[in-house]
Amino acid sequence: MEKRKQDLLGLKELSAAQIENILSHAAEMKKLIKSGTKKIPNLQGKTEINLFYENSTRTRMSFELAAKYMSANSANITASGSSVQKGETLLDTARTLDMMQTDIIAVRHSMSGAPALIAKNVNASVINAGDGMNEHPTQALLDMLTIQEKKGHIDGLKVAIVGDIEHSRVVRSNIYGLTKLGAEVTVGGPSTLMPPFMEKLGVKAFRSVHEAIVDADVVMGLRIQLERQESGLFPSMREYFRFFGIDDLKLKSAKPDVIVMHPGPVNRGVELSTSVIDGDRSVINEQVTSGVAVRMAVMDMLVNNGGFDK
Amino acid sequence: MRILIKGGHVIDPANDIDEVTDIFVDGNLISEIGDDPELEGVEMEVIDASGKIVCPGLVDMHCHLRDPGQEYKEDIETGTRSAVMGGITSVACMPNTDPVVDSEAVVTYIKQKAKEVGYVNVYPIGAISKGLKGKELAPIGEMKFAGAAAVSDDGKPVENSALMRRAMEYADMFDMTVISHCEDMPLANGGAMNEGYMSTYLGLPGITRAAEEVMVSRDIIIAEATGTAIHIAHVSTRGSVELVRQAKKRGVRVTCETCPHYFTLTEAAVNGYNTNAKMNPPLRTDDDVEAIKEGLADGTIDCIVTDHAPHHIDEKNCEFALAKNGIVGFETSLGLGLTYLVKTGVLTINQLIEKMSVNPSRILGISKGNLAVGKIADITIFDPEKEWTVDISQLHSKSKNSPYDGFVLCGKPEYVIVNGEIAVNQGVLL
Repeated sequence: MEKRKQDLLGLKELSAAQIENILSHAAEMKKLIKSGTKKIPNLQGKTEINLFYENSTRTRMSFELAAKYMSANSANITASGSSVQKGETLLDTARTLDMMQTDIIAVRHSMSGAPALIAKNVNASVINAGDGMNEHPTQALLDMLTIQEKKGHIDGLKVAIVGDIEHSRVVRSNIYGLTKLGAEVTVGGPSTLMPPFMEKLGVKAFRSVHEAIVDADVVMGLRIQLERQESGLFPSMREYFRFFGIDDLKLKSAKPDVIVMHPGPVNRGVELSTSVIDGDRSVINEQVTSGVAVRMAVMDMLVNNGGFDK
Repeated sequence: MRILIKGGHVIDPANDIDEVTDIFVDGNLISEIGDDPELEGVEMEVIDASGKIVCPGLVDMHCHLRDPGQEYKEDIETGTRSAVMGGITSVACMPNTDPVVDSEAVVTYIKQKAKEVGYVNVYPIGAISKGLKGKELAPIGEMKFAGAAAVSDDGKPVENSALMRRAMEYADMFDMTVISHCEDMPLANGGAMNEGYMSTYLGLPGITRAAEEVMVSRDIIIAEATGTAIHIAHVSTRGSVELVRQAKKRGVRVTCETCPHYFTLTEAAVNGYNTNAKMNPPLRTDDDVEAIKEGLADGTIDCIVTDHAPHHIDEKNCEFALAKNGIVGFETSLGLGLTYLVKTGVLTINQLIEKMSVNPSRILGISKGNLAVGKIADITIFDPEKEWTVDISQLHSKSKNSPYDGFVLCGKPEYVIVNGEIAVNQGVLL
């Protein structure tokens, strides 16, 4: 019997060992591209498509370059608006791409569960490039790769994630990944942007940034959308920054060797102060390089290793 | 047609009958009840009901037949066919069709079509507001005289409290039951499932229980202040049960219903983005399921209804946020009631029959749910012990959107008599 194709839909489905396998493969990839080798044959003759139903610059480009660095054919579809507005259903679009003999489809969609729906209906391997408020697994993997490089390990670290927890797929993937690898995760943010039952996900939730980041080894800011202010979830960006923005003063609660992360794009002076973004604790730029490496590793393993078990 | 139902355990809560006896149906009426009626030489069909329950045909006061306008999901023929297979002999169908049931003409269409192609009695429910728009009252009096049994804007709340008050006062004058879909829309905020652990885990926008409970309390307060009656549709939370319980104690004219999914499933069923577990109100938590059972047991909840809501496969095999709300329910409701309420000791069979036949008839003001001599013969016969496995591909509805595929249930209707005619014979549709 043919082995069923593998997907990467989220970190909630992966084991610690699988995550570690991806990270160690990604570390090799990162070494490779940093050494200037940006053409390896691993995906020669394969096709990767980025099916993006939401705007994205860095994630889409990161997937595209990762595929191209491994000699794959890579193409992009940026759907404006939802599949419904286009008149074709998401599944019909996905099946059409699948029948073009695609090997990998990276999907970004505003609705949670959309990549899982596609994965059930196509032969290509599906990578979740961010779905609604559910997961963004390659983002969390690149965050973990960056942490591992900077700190040497993940186990036992305290990672504080601050901002719009409710609407963040980045935070969910990081929680699943980091806790599986033994980190302690705390989250902080306005009570109106904090979903219920965070403790059941294995994390501690705080309404004050200080409490969330005290003694943290890693502090991660999350992007805040202007539309949350417009829908009445907090009064103003100014007030948000005052109470939840990460600046030098608030960072004093964290460990002296804390590193600061952000999935980008950053609103300067809202989630993080400019001095923190551009300061020497920031690893935001390093995250970007890790992103390409992680996506290379994931695609390579899906196509050539039949998954993440080795 | 003459039918002798022999040796069954007759349960007729309306007439306090709970014994093994015979029922004789002559023409479309129940003509005799008692042991060994003297019928020698009379030509008749004999149903051996020994070991089975014989009860008044079930009455489902909340369903969607989708006809007129959305016949790709269901129509009056297929919907009532599914109902009769579930032991249901009368249904009241909600007005959110296309066109909306907000005129005599549409009420008449449904009554007429049901007479021509329907397997069960159909009682249309008219809209509270014209076009379900929540602005002006629909012609409640005219619809009543055309045959509507109640009014509701089901699927949507009547957001304007003043209009709701006027609707309750106006409908009361015609003895028309007002059925309220309780949902505060800004609080529900476009959510796709219950707000709780599972919505956090799946990253789906949640609907707070407050969205339902705020409206339940509003409607109770209006009923209390104006002395009018209200029937709360599809109660799903502990808070709603408690609000109705306290209101009943104060003597408010409030009744309510729940659906089998609110005492059998929780938000956990949504895991994996299962669109067949998407409904409105959403599936809640274990604690709410417990509260619904308590409310059923102590009489706070009067009725069990299906909220049968057929949807085409394309409307469910899609992104969770886009999937339509609701599930088909006619053919699983009796089995779910027997398995999850009677087997577990929450209700007696008699109480289950009250909630699935007697009480809905009373609330709608229709002459059903009763096996008295002289009544029209609507009778359901089932073996409460008989196990069967739900296979959604075999459902008689046009749509198959049920979360119960593969469930093993006890009790399936074996004979169903509608207006004195056998419609289901040994579990087979005639």
